[in-house]
Amino acid sequence: MNLKPETFQRIDEVITHYPVKRSATLPLLHLIQEDAGHISDEAIAWIAKKLELELINVLEVVTFYPMFRRAPIGRRHVKVCRTLSCALKGGYKTCETFEHEFHTHRGEISPCGEVTVEFVECLASCGTAPVVLIDETLHENVDVAKAKQISAQIKSEAAQRR
Amino acid sequence: MSAPAQLRIIFKHIDEPGYTNDIDCYLRNGGYEVLKKSVGRKPEELIDEVKKSGLRGRGGAGFPCGVKWGLVDRKSGKPIYLIVNADESEPGTFKDRYIMHQDPHQLIEGTIISCFANNVKQAYIYIRGEMPEGARILEKAISEARAKNFVGPNILGTGYSCEIYVHRGAGAYICGEETGLIESLEGKRANPRIKPPYFPAVLGLYQCPTIVNNVETLCHVKYIIEHGGEAYSKIGTPGNTGTRIFCVSGHVQRPGYYEFPAGTITMGVLLNDVCGGPLPGRTFKAVIPGGSSAKVLRFGERYKGKRKVGPDMVDYDWGVEDVPMDFDSLAMIGSMGGSGGVIVMDDSVNMVEALANINAFYSHESCGQCTPCREGSLWMKKISARMVHGDARPQDGALLKSVADQIPGRTICAFGEACSWPTQSFIIKFKDEFDAYSEVKKTLPADRTVLV
Repeated sequence: MNLKPETFQRIDEVITHYPVKRSATLPLLHLIQEDAGHISDEAIAWIAKKLELELINVLEVVTFYPMFRRAPIGRRHVKVCRTLSCALKGGYKTCETFEHEFHTHRGEISPCGEVTVEFVECLASCGTAPVVLIDETLHENVDVAKAKQISAQIKSEAAQRR
Repeated sequence: MSAPAQLRIIFKHIDEPGYTNDIDCYLRNGGYEVLKKSVGRKPEELIDEVKKSGLRGRGGAGFPCGVKWGLVDRKSGKPIYLIVNADESEPGTFKDRYIMHQDPHQLIEGTIISCFANNVKQAYIYIRGEMPEGARILEKAISEARAKNFVGPNILGTGYSCEIYVHRGAGAYICGEETGLIESLEGKRANPRIKPPYFPAVLGLYQCPTIVNNVETLCHVKYIIEHGGEAYSKIGTPGNTGTRIFCVSGHVQRPGYYEFPAGTITMGVLLNDVCGGPLPGRTFKAVIPGGSSAKVLRFGERYKGKRKVGPDMVDYDWGVEDVPMDFDSLAMIGSMGGSGGVIVMDDSVNMVEALANINAFYSHESCGQCTPCREGSLWMKKISARMVHGDARPQDGALLKSVADQIPGRTICAFGEACSWPTQSFIIKFKDEFDAYSEVKKTLPADRTVLV
């Protein structure tokens, strides 16, 4: 497995948190996904070996939990809350705005490679609906105007990188 | 009428200017003093205080915390685990987020006190995967507390040791169900376990006795130990003691979180006086009082019956606005207080479309283990989505209800109930809208808010 040295370090540390190694399955998947971007076949085999499990024990966890992905995504992950409180405040429009701004469809990498826009279920911030989680940062009260503003900022950061 | 004053005991420092989530700020505000006193007391005394307090769990079920602790198998010789349920996922609920982000040490102090009271040496905070920032804040807070000897080996020189680790979920709602959470913490799919025999208090994490408590509940424990169970039981109303944090979202002027003594305010006061009433030009149509699985209430309907007030039975005749916001009153009128998540819908909302949104959630989140829930939630989603996006038929309401009626009581966990209650209650309360939807949808404004 090709991972950063500190990821290996954190993996070895987190395994010690549990009396049973198998408990470290989710933490290891998180650490590897944060480092590698997604969960490859190789990662599943590596975790199984590391935790002395069968391959299926890891695969069935990857396929069960929505946050783990088997394929790469765009540079940023835009997760728009779809559930009732956000929808009542225009969450569907917010999601459409991001799709439109990046010429993309939900679940796909945008042609520019900058984002993958997705609907997710309740993000537990219903009082400031609609909310959007971009990578690890929660954005609140994201109406159409704010979605456009966030999109413009992502685009300008992308332009600076080029 | 002006809004009644809040009583913020758990949210005391939330949004307070200058209050930060580091340990120095917490210590400046009297932090960890309760822990220092607690470790000098007998654990049984602490459990007694919690029992006396009447504290009911704040995760959704409202089960008495002291009773839960009393059920723990202390004779097995196996270690006892405590898990903080920080998998806040019930749509409409957003209180634990603020505690963890803004006042994490309150949770850690409550957790260690609860661990000491129950002779727990290892605790885990199971936080939902979508709160990466919350997980980082908690990890930092735990390491600060460890550095000051409030967590870890030989706490405050007492010889008592307890470790806390943060464990992140990965986007599955079912992990909020305590046995599903335990499976997930063991590194498996979060398929809930069947009870009996797998009561966590006896056969929980690693088949050891385990206490699973909600974030807010453990903060209440800290307050109870500080002020005494009896003093706490005087806040609120008998049977519904302490404060409740209401999370109000949807169509009100001032959505947000509000903490009041339990049972002392009504739905009408909460929505009109506290939250500023409906949006301009709108009227309230429906409210879901305790997270999206709670049965919906329709404005205009009346609830009648007899209830106990002190030693007497008295008649009540309530509209939605008159219902006291406590576990028992909301249960009495056929819904529930649940997690305190209040979702408000005004007259711009078509109830078929709102239900289709909710059904999509529960279908997505069914773990798939029990056929009635997996297939039933999927069909409820498909039927309600078809009504909105395809052909709606006058008999669809009855069809939906027939699916919903075949799920509860036939599943391993309460998700079966949770996914069928919205459909059952929407169709009973808003039968007119379901019957007429095939015709009405042709006349609905094309630019209305999309819900599904």
